[in-house]
Amino acid sequence: MKDRSTRPGWRATLTLLAAAVIVLGACGGGRENGQNVFKPNGTAAHKINNLFTPVAFIAVGVLVFVVGLLLVAVFKFRERPGHPTNVKQVHGNTPLEITWTVIPALILAVIAVPTVSTIFDLARKPTGNVVNINVVGKQWWWQFEYPQEKIVTADEFVVPVDTQVRLTLRACDPTLGQSGYTACSVIHSFWIPELAGKQDAVPGRTSHLNFKADKTGTFLGQCAQYCGLAHARMRMRVKVVTVAEYADWVRSQQAGPAQPFLVDGKAAPGAASLIANRYQCTNCHIFDDSKKPSYGPNLTHLASREVFASGDYPLTRDNLVKWVMDAPSLVPMESQKCLEPPPATCVGMPSFTKHLPAGRQPMSKQDAETIADYLLAHK
Amino acid sequence: MTTVSDAVTTVPVRRIDIFRRPKATTGFWSWLTTVDHKKIGIMYAVTALVFLCLGGIEALLIRAQLAQPNGTVLTANQYNTMFTMHGTTMVFLMGMPLAVAFGNYLVPLMIGARDVAFPRLNCFGYWVFLFGGIFIYSSFLLGGAPNGGWFGYTPLTSAPMSAGYLPGHGPDFWAVGIVMLGIGSVTSAVNFIVTVLNMRAPGMTLLRMPVFVWMMLVTAFLTAFAMPLVTAALTMVFFDRNFGTNFFNASAGGDPLLYQHLFWLFGHPEVYILILPGMGVVSEILPVFSRKPLFGYAVVVFSGIAIGFLGWGVWAHHMFTTGLGPVAISAFGISTMLIAIPTGVKIFNWLGTIWGGSVRLTTAMLFALGFIAMFTIGGLSGVLHAVVPSDTQQHDTYFVIAHFHYVLFGGLVFALFGGMFYWFPKLYGRYMNEKLGKLTFWTVLVGFNLTFFPMHLVGLQGMPRRTYTYPKNMGWDIYNQIESVGAFIIALGVLMLIVNLWVSRKHGVPAGDDPWDARTLEWSTSSPPPEYNFAEIPVVHGRDDWWHHKYTEDDEGRLVRLPRGGADDDPVPAESADAAGTTVATAPSGPLEPAAEHAQGHGVHMPDPSYWPFVMCLGIPLMGYAAVFQNVWFVPFGLVLILFGLFGWAQEPATE
Repeated sequence: MKDRSTRPGWRATLTLLAAAVIVLGACGGGRENGQNVFKPNGTAAHKINNLFTPVAFIAVGVLVFVVGLLLVAVFKFRERPGHPTNVKQVHGNTPLEITWTVIPALILAVIAVPTVSTIFDLARKPTGNVVNINVVGKQWWWQFEYPQEKIVTADEFVVPVDTQVRLTLRACDPTLGQSGYTACSVIHSFWIPELAGKQDAVPGRTSHLNFKADKTGTFLGQCAQYCGLAHARMRMRVKVVTVAEYADWVRSQQAGPAQPFLVDGKAAPGAASLIANRYQCTNCHIFDDSKKPSYGPNLTHLASREVFASGDYPLTRDNLVKWVMDAPSLVPMESQKCLEPPPATCVGMPSFTKHLPAGRQPMSKQDAETIADYLLAHK
Repeated sequence: MTTVSDAVTTVPVRRIDIFRRPKATTGFWSWLTTVDHKKIGIMYAVTALVFLCLGGIEALLIRAQLAQPNGTVLTANQYNTMFTMHGTTMVFLMGMPLAVAFGNYLVPLMIGARDVAFPRLNCFGYWVFLFGGIFIYSSFLLGGAPNGGWFGYTPLTSAPMSAGYLPGHGPDFWAVGIVMLGIGSVTSAVNFIVTVLNMRAPGMTLLRMPVFVWMMLVTAFLTAFAMPLVTAALTMVFFDRNFGTNFFNASAGGDPLLYQHLFWLFGHPEVYILILPGMGVVSEILPVFSRKPLFGYAVVVFSGIAIGFLGWGVWAHHMFTTGLGPVAISAFGISTMLIAIPTGVKIFNWLGTIWGGSVRLTTAMLFALGFIAMFTIGGLSGVLHAVVPSDTQQHDTYFVIAHFHYVLFGGLVFALFGGMFYWFPKLYGRYMNEKLGKLTFWTVLVGFNLTFFPMHLVGLQGMPRRTYTYPKNMGWDIYNQIESVGAFIIALGVLMLIVNLWVSRKHGVPAGDDPWDARTLEWSTSSPPPEYNFAEIPVVHGRDDWWHHKYTEDDEGRLVRLPRGGADDDPVPAESADAAGTTVATAPSGPLEPAAEHAQGHGVHMPDPSYWPFVMCLGIPLMGYAAVFQNVWFVPFGLVLILFGLFGWAQEPATE
């Protein structure tokens, strides 16, 4: 028969398809990259994964059923010699149509019940020993404020393992006392996939995210809502440590700066003077008080962090020098207006070497190194 | 039943004759002044295909940038511009107008009408669309293209330029341009509604209409009600940005989420505005190439209507992560699941149509079958989004990109590509090349799945959308490489399609009037149809009326071919029994063949071409530039052109 000769071709196609599905399935979980939904390491992420997995299997089952039916129909009923074309005219079949309305409805009802219960479960406010953290999304970095411990940090935060954590997310910084568009940022979305699903930080609103990490380690995340020029670089990480290590970290963060910034109410000579007077970094940053939030990241304990610069670069001396001199070369920003007097509204950190206002001297590498070394001493 | 029967008796009025009434029927001026729904349909299609290429180039640039980690093909701002313009183009300048192109050409033919209800308004809608598209694209040369994302969340887009959130005039061009396009969409939607409700041939009851017409009707209602919402939202964005109104400025008491509610209250029906025409096209193709009627016609139609209604109650599923509270998101999660039911019903009815048929695997049929499979994948990943907690992991990642490309590319675009192969012979009397067509189908299918399937996986491995760069130690490289290769394969497929369209127009194999042995009225007239579509308005006696002129069923329900033109002496299908006397008997050479005197155009009055809609539309982009640049000098020119066009239009009879 004629169609037998074509059969090995179809068989090969089907085998290839099956192989492709298996390969895709095998690598679907992907690598341990610290940011992988398939590798949950926190209560919220586990609950979500436990909901996702069965629904995904149902979906794949329905897909195989529908596409299988489609392929069978096409092969079985394709026009070919020896098959009559005057086929029976079927206009519909009410029992059949009711069946394929009711069965999907039942499947969806089965999915809806755990969906709703998980929604309410995840939204429940944790009780008992809870670490509260106020998170503010800015362009383009995250600020973490621990209200009980009185700590402000950026890009990276630390939580104890097996302890409830409640994040309060905002895009406006109520503590800065600014007005107009500078008081708020745009919408950001906080997402550390291995610990919990994402939650937006919306200007003018407050939202929450609860999780409990069940493993120590560093977990990565990044802003998920498009927030302008450098959205792709707006990352954050959380270090999950033991309860004892967490207590140490809190103590070290609460301490004052490693070197005095002010002497007799004036910036100390050397780096502090460069920072405060020549480059006026203090317009946006705080260098000597880890309790206060600031317009730019609080740098009192910068050297205790692994990453900086939107949380996107490892904190090395080279990177820091480059950043101090010309931040927009590492993270794209339109921020030269920050240098124009009086300080205009601007987003991001300006370059001190390029596109300077008329009459302004570029920053020397020596100055940058002085500032970087000063900051690197601030554990 | 002519469109303009009253015009013949119009008493000549004295009026200002600036332009002599255009008379050209061929060449440049005929296209510029035409009010013929078929010519306008072709113009919509050609323009939409040009925008498909532009949006495609933007997509290729995106994929080139992401082909490897730390890509350097584009800067951050260029990349942000590309994804914004890709989305804006594919939704507003390709998807909607390409569906409108099909509707424009086919709806009057399918309901047995000679034109749409408002031919000059139809022409106006096209020019607004064209000029709106050119207006948005002119931003590349005039101060920065849109870069706030195709749904342009506030306050990113609504903050004044001085806040420094987004460089350039992009959001202004985007807001004003889409408002402009909305004018065109609403006029065309109103036209469809009135045409379908008022101009059907005698006997064409609503439940005898082809499913494609039904879906265009539902789409038209969705468009007419949805576009005003986005117009309001974008006007507020423009006012916030330029006049300090603070609708969305939180620090002045505004609320950024208000924008999201308004936008998605438009944006979700918009999804159905895009997909329902595709469902309509597939519902036409499958029965023809299975030699069976659509399985459960009424259920398919009512599912479409149900989708149209439910589409209004699910908008907040785009906002599951914004903190609406567990009660609200549970409700919207469940309403979203509900939409899966009518959608699933449609898929099973399509399968029921093929089952037991005699399936001809033409290119059109392949695309329709591809639609079912790809759309099912998109629908099922949609159910995963309705599972709200799961959505909080998928939202704003490449998983979502995969989902809506399976729905809109695997759905709408596959259907419309199939529709091109199916209806091309009606437009030009020639087939498109089937061999190249099948190659196109397999190329697009393979390229499409290579591009978009890996996005499900890379999204769940943590890759957010709209990121111009990604680091190399995340394990995302291989997926992105495959995706980029796939994108270029799709581009090759689209190129083949365009070559096929262009060459087959003049050099395709001649096809005759009814090459596919089809079912609906448009195949009863000549290919290409005369300007007046039907010399004699057909009288309709049942669903798939044209089919019943050709076939009947025997006692077992099997097909029996009727001899050509011999309905008088042969068994006539029960439901079209009285057709024999009125329509068929007058056609000695074949059913519905135009009588000789009508073929000369005698006795059929069609609306005359007009310059006025074009003149009026010339003024609209000028007003747009006035708004974007806050330059009052554009206003008198724009206003004069618009008023001049309106006045001339009002003064001019439809025909003379």
